[in-house]
Amino acid sequence: MNGMHDLGGMDGFGPIDRNPEEAVFQQEWERRAFALTLAMGARGEWNLDMSRYARERMPPSDYLLSSYYEHWLHGLEHLMAERGLVSAAEISVREDELRSPPHHEAS
Amino acid sequence: MSKHQHNAPLPDPVLRVKALESLLIEKGLVDPAALDLLIDTYENQVGPRNGARVVARAWTDPSYRSRLLRDATAAIAEMGFEGRQGEDMVVVENTERVHNLVVCTLCSCYPWPVLGLPPVWYKAAPYRARAVREPRKVLAEFGVDLVDGVEVRVWDSTAELRYLVLPRRPDGTERLSEQELAELVTRDSMIGAGVVPGSKSTDT
Repeated sequence: MNGMHDLGGMDGFGPIDRNPEEAVFQQEWERRAFALTLAMGARGEWNLDMSRYARERMPPSDYLLSSYYEHWLHGLEHLMAERGLVSAAEISVREDELRSPPHHEAS
Repeated sequence: MSKHQHNAPLPDPVLRVKALESLLIEKGLVDPAALDLLIDTYENQVGPRNGARVVARAWTDPSYRSRLLRDATAAIAEMGFEGRQGEDMVVVENTERVHNLVVCTLCSCYPWPVLGLPPVWYKAAPYRARAVREPRKVLAEFGVDLVDGVEVRVWDSTAELRYLVLPRRPDGTERLSEQELAELVTRDSMIGAGVVPGSKSTDT
């Protein structure tokens, strides 16, 4: 299917930025996003084509403005929500909890 | 579906991943030890040194080279490299007259068992867009100056089929061992985005 991901031949993306000293992962969250995606994929509830299609359905402006593993995250969240494994609401509640962890009285 | 609205800033991936990981572990959907193993495998164990060993063997063992060009998946598996994102492999050989370049215009398909995870530039829009439109210009930017008359073949990878370039062996390396040869082989030469230092097909 045609879409924003279908970049072959397009103009205007600027120079190719190559960093010879680049690490495999740029940031810790990328490591985790990668591993979560592979581990969930290994459960067999979806295949590689379904994963890609889930990434490709990202809104075009978001697709272009976000990084590679953000595409992966979007795809993973989408596939899990579709199957009732984890909902967007659950993720957002957990984010709020992580942002302000519940206070515990010091004993 | 994401609750993210158009034109709103994208959510912070750091917090999102933390939230997701804690939920998935809590629900028993992923095993934390398995996550660490996956990260270690692809960060430290699997990488272009695997592909370099395949290339060096093909340079030194003509029957291996012909098996590799005929059935790359099986020949690569002989070396013990197989699995995720390498299930169906094709090896394309650079010659005096042909230079091969691999891209994945749609995403980031790449032969993980022999090259590891792709570099950022391979997954980013500029390379995906330009490699198929102006490969000679892209190659020149990468320092690969092809002599006149060399044909450029660009291979667009898919989830089903992944490519490894068999680069040209540099002259003057007849006395080197397979292991020494493997040390010469660069990652980019196996994508076609470079050549092995000292080899022809460039006019440098």
